[in-house]
Amino acid sequence: MEASAGGGCGAGPPLLLSDGEQQCYSELFARCAGTVSGGPGSGPPEAARVAPGTTTTAAAGPVADLFRASQLPSETLHQITELCGAKRAGYFGPTQFYVALKLIAAAQSGLPVRTESIKCELPLPRFVMSKSDGERRIGNPAELLGTKVQIPYLTTEKNSFKRMDDEDKQQETQSPTMSPLASPPSSPPHYQRVSLSHGYSKLRSSTEQMHPAPYEARQPLGQSEGPSSGGPGSKPLRRQASLIRSFSVERELQDNSSNYLDEPWRITEEQREYYVNQFRSLQPDPSSFISGSVAKNFFTKSKLSIPELSYIWELSDADCDGALTLPEFCAAFHLIVARKNGYPLPEGLPPTLQPEYLQAAFPKPKWECALFDSYSESMSANQQPRDLNRMEKTSVKDMADFPAPTQDVTGDDKQALKSTGNEALSKDVSEDPATAKDCTSLKARPRSRSYSSTSIEEAMKRGEDPPTPPPRPQKTHSRAASLDLNKVFQPSVPAVNSGLLPPPPALPPRPYPSQSEPVSEGDLHPQLNRAPSQAAESSPAKKDAPHAQPPSKPIRRKFRPENQSTENQEPSTGGTASAATVKPHPTVHKQSSKQKKAIQTAIRKNKEANAVLARLNSELQQQLKEVHQERIALENQLEQLRPVTVL
Amino acid sequence: MAMCIVVIAKENYPLYIRSTPTEYTLKFYYMVHTSLDVVDEISAMGKALVYQRELYLGLFYPTEDYKVYGYMTSSKVKFVMVVDSSNTALIFQKLHNSYTDVMCNPFYNPGDRIQSRAFDNTVTLMMIQVC
Repeated sequence: MEASAGGGCGAGPPLLLSDGEQQCYSELFARCAGTVSGGPGSGPPEAARVAPGTTTTAAAGPVADLFRASQLPSETLHQITELCGAKRAGYFGPTQFYVALKLIAAAQSGLPVRTESIKCELPLPRFVMSKSDGERRIGNPAELLGTKVQIPYLTTEKNSFKRMDDEDKQQETQSPTMSPLASPPSSPPHYQRVSLSHGYSKLRSSTEQMHPAPYEARQPLGQSEGPSSGGPGSKPLRRQASLIRSFSVERELQDNSSNYLDEPWRITEEQREYYVNQFRSLQPDPSSFISGSVAKNFFTKSKLSIPELSYIWELSDADCDGALTLPEFCAAFHLIVARKNGYPLPEGLPPTLQPEYLQAAFPKPKWECALFDSYSESMSANQQPRDLNRMEKTSVKDMADFPAPTQDVTGDDKQALKSTGNEALSKDVSEDPATAKDCTSLKARPRSRSYSSTSIEEAMKRGEDPPTPPPRPQKTHSRAASLDLNKVFQPSVPAVNSGLLPPPPALPPRPYPSQSEPVSEGDLHPQLNRAPSQAAESSPAKKDAPHAQPPSKPIRRKFRPENQSTENQEPSTGGTASAATVKPHPTVHKQSSKQKKAIQTAIRKNKEANAVLARLNSELQQQLKEVHQERIALENQLEQLRPVTVL
Repeated sequence: MAMCIVVIAKENYPLYIRSTPTEYTLKFYYMVHTSLDVVDEISAMGKALVYQRELYLGLFYPTEDYKVYGYMTSSKVKFVMVVDSSNTALIFQKLHNSYTDVMCNPFYNPGDRIQSRAFDNTVTLMMIQVC
């Protein structure tokens, strides 16, 4: 790898660094560089000068974090990345990194992001960790651990945790693609892990109270790690690294609310749970797969461009069958989230996202699901306030929040989790009643609504809706059925609900207890009343008959309207209806079957309600008629008064 | 070694064009375009359109020893290949497989240009292999 200043820059000018800059940059680089370079062990500025020949590359993850910590807009950062040649080279070599740092400094000084900018003397780039790298004010944890750190702790922990996993996995940098984050050696993991647990517990509490805890934890740990790492230089480095990560993660949090998407294309527990949740929302059976169109709709909500989505699909659908199994889905989702957070897509599917790996690492979607179900409401309330930005980010973030508690409990187990998968997973899930998970599920649902398109949410809501409609029509149509008959009998009245006439006859047979009674009884009452001659005999009979033979009601009703067309018009319909209610009662008692009694009770109630409504309706219709008449009269007057100037 | 692979849609516009060496590209395009007529001619004859169809034109130009092969899928997507070797059946099979993988991607709309990297890789592999 070319270490020559000019070579790596591609089009850039020779890179002239002052001593201070050299020191600063090399430290930063060493921090960002992975295990390839031996980590911060070689951190000390001298060694980190990155002599030529060292094939050190800074993993894109920490570099990205660092850049984001510089508080420059992402657009600028992209420009810088391009300019420094990392994009072209596909990795951050020392030269690219240094150029990038210089560009960051230039940007922060307000200079345009150009290669010319770095020719001049620039202050050192500043990174948001409340201490500038340049000044190297290392010895001040207090400064570092400001409120700003609190939130990042949560995410930091995750990131650092993930990094730890990577170290454990000893992932070597994969050539041009983003290598899994190679973080400093073992000692940071200790403290990181501990603070991780703190961070997670903090997450769970979702209060600020916990903040001091990790804060304090971090301090002593930070100090302790120094000696353990074996060098004063490395201590600040590591702390900075973690802090940088925390800040960058914080930025991520603020920007994208995704915190785990760090370099290593590794899916953490919470991510996994979230993905599984989403999978289940699309496809209830975790062992089945999601069809292409369903997945397409779902992923399109992420607002990524179609080519990118197409590429992500290509990467994740390993068997190219046009459908996504659970691990494939998780991989795809992970890639999408990564992309949304600004990580360029890898050339090939990272090993940690391979379906086999995912299946091995997270083999228990089923009982996650079970846990989801069991833990429904508990965390949702908690999660509500933690509303972050948007879409899956927010939901992902929430999801990240939820599992925090679990990881808090199994902080150390996390280490084992990655390697063992199962047991850690079981511990996680079992120990921490997946309030998290369910919150995830619940949260995910409302979250996904934020996808701003008809989502599975709405589908699910719609799924819940169908049961309700039947009652609703009852309020209007079912009772109005009888009223409709009234309207039918009143041809003068515009029969708005005349269309209901056909339906009512059909209703009684089926929803007998609900709709049929009001409908049929309502009809029957007026019918019976209006046909007193027949009512005497037929009413009891009909009363019995309806109870006994619901299907016959419509028939009877049909008869009735014909006979009672005129009689129905009267407003006394209500009165008659109410009177009619009295008649059925004696007949009801005659019924011996309990079912009939129950039904009749219901019928009675419906009748009463129906009667009230019928009365109301008749009154309103009378008013309507009167108004019509008035209107007609007025129109006549108008015609008379209007000068005859036709045409 | 000269070689060109073109994927042509049903409506006879190209979905994917790749050729090596690049200086022959234009010439290849022309060859492929003219070969489309032959494809249509043969498909009109109605023989075994479903399976592999080889369209052997033989020496098109006496000065250059390459052959144009054609292959039509059941959805009337044609693969036309300009090669100077003759293990075309296998190549077409691979192409077809790769193409179906592209089609499996729900984000791919039939009729779009093929931008799948996997497909690119397959084609590259074949070009390298043959060449």
